[in-house]
Amino acid sequence: MDESPAEVDVTMSQVAAPLAIEVQEASENDAATGEVVFDLHDVNVYYGQALAVAGVSLEIYKNHITAMIGPSGCGKSTIVRSLNRMNDSVSGFRLTGECTYHGNDLYASGVDPVEVRRRIGMVFQRPNPFPKSIYDNIAWAPRILGLKENLDERVEKALRGAAIWDEVKDRLKTSALGLSGGQQQRLCIARSIAIEPDVLLLDEPCSSLDPISTASVEDLMQELKRDYTIVIVTHNMQQAARVAERTAFFSLDVSEGRRTGILVEYDETSKLFTRPTDKRTEDYVTGRFG
Amino acid sequence: MASVDYSGPLTPTGNLRRRRVVDRLARGSATAAAVLAVAILLIFIYSIVQHGASVISLSFLTKNPLETFSVSGNAPVGGIGNAIVGSLLIVAIGTAIALPIGVLIALFLTEFASPRWAGPVRLALDLLYGLPSIVIALFLYGLLVVGHGQAGVYASLALAIIMVPLIARTTGESLGLVPKELRDASLALGISRWRTTVGLTIPSAFGGIVTGTVLAVARAAGETAPVLLLSSLANPTQTSGSVFSQPLNNLPYDIYNFSVEGGATNFAKAWGAALVLVTFVLVANFTARALHARSRRMMSR
Repeated sequence: MDESPAEVDVTMSQVAAPLAIEVQEASENDAATGEVVFDLHDVNVYYGQALAVAGVSLEIYKNHITAMIGPSGCGKSTIVRSLNRMNDSVSGFRLTGECTYHGNDLYASGVDPVEVRRRIGMVFQRPNPFPKSIYDNIAWAPRILGLKENLDERVEKALRGAAIWDEVKDRLKTSALGLSGGQQQRLCIARSIAIEPDVLLLDEPCSSLDPISTASVEDLMQELKRDYTIVIVTHNMQQAARVAERTAFFSLDVSEGRRTGILVEYDETSKLFTRPTDKRTEDYVTGRFG
Repeated sequence: MASVDYSGPLTPTGNLRRRRVVDRLARGSATAAAVLAVAILLIFIYSIVQHGASVISLSFLTKNPLETFSVSGNAPVGGIGNAIVGSLLIVAIGTAIALPIGVLIALFLTEFASPRWAGPVRLALDLLYGLPSIVIALFLYGLLVVGHGQAGVYASLALAIIMVPLIARTTGESLGLVPKELRDASLALGISRWRTTVGLTIPSAFGGIVTGTVLAVARAAGETAPVLLLSSLANPTQTSGSVFSQPLNNLPYDIYNFSVEGGATNFAKAWGAALVLVTFVLVANFTARALHARSRRMMSR
């Protein structure tokens, strides 16, 4: 079997030997400056009275791809959705601790969540194109945000940026719902970058895609990190290993009948997968748990 | 022990024969009930067309009655032109009032209200929907007509009260069908809640909103009690009048009036007016269905 990373079937994730994981080398990213974009310090998230995620502290760096892995329910999505305040609409959501973005507290009283999301875009687990034409999917948000000049160019640039331009350039006026799942997800990425955000949050962007579409989205992420800071939540350890410079491993702490998500270990991906310092991380990445 | 010979021919054994009869009976009666509903509608439409078609003519549809309805039973000559115009005006104004209120209530329920508030408001809508139209009409009669006299617009108000819960409910249902993922996608692009609602949620639910409105209009057009109490003392020959200050002749009232007058000519006219009204309601329903089907294609394509 061909061992090159792009050929690894995502369905192998449950059975593949951990030694087969090829780890992304951090050194090949020349855009990374080490500037901190997000700085989380002792962040706790509550849903109502229940403590959902406890004591998360980590720094996310500019022009890096940062992956968050861990078993279901460990709070990785919750943390990512807290970074652009998508959890605001969840009833009972409450966050304590320090959560800053370029030094500004995301949860300070004067912060407008709409402005936060304008700078920090998000792509979701299931492709969710609008029931509009391909063109309008991209152009809708720029129009509303007042970016009306050279709209055609902006749309083309976004579609090229998301590596889907060649596939859709002849059918821009047709419905986006006629695209395949992988195309729809790249369209959603194009939609996010059309407003030129600073950060892209990807919440399990490949979990509903086939291996070929997954590979194209992963290639795309490598292109995008030149211009954007990317945070990706994934169930797929190989994916984290392939794309991310840094990886955070979350786990569930079950004590006194309560299940709380915790950040177990956060480090360079290569180190986390090959020389984890925590026993739980080692058990997880070697497939002995989860 | 086993009562079945497994190697025997695969024909019914045991009580299967009886169970099959029960099965057929149940299926037969259900089918018969469905056929009955369709048959009633067809017979109904047939008889209206049969009785009413003969009086339908351009002059019947456009001319006004030439003389007042008299207590002596003289047949009024002429057509139902002013009743058609009056009905259209009354229903149009009622719709213009009810549509924005209904849609706003639906938006409140699906987009903005907490469950604590949505429940009671929904219950109130259901109760409002269940109010007999004669009671609504009586209420408005006491509030507006007494001391002021009747006016077409009062009937519009009553029809609006009847339409609001219908429009709010159907709009709310179609807004609820718009996936949460779409709203999330829009919010994640830095677009505010209200712009998301106006630019994405409402267009996605547009077919449902139109359907609900058309069905409400069809229901309101045939409502008799409100127009009887609030807009009936019209001079039947009156050709034009302010809908805001005067009662307007209208189709349900014409049907009622022609019928109580009696006589073959009047009955024929009542059937003719009924045919016009039923045609309007049916066309409205079919339009609503077509629009609904179209919007569902748009959503799923």
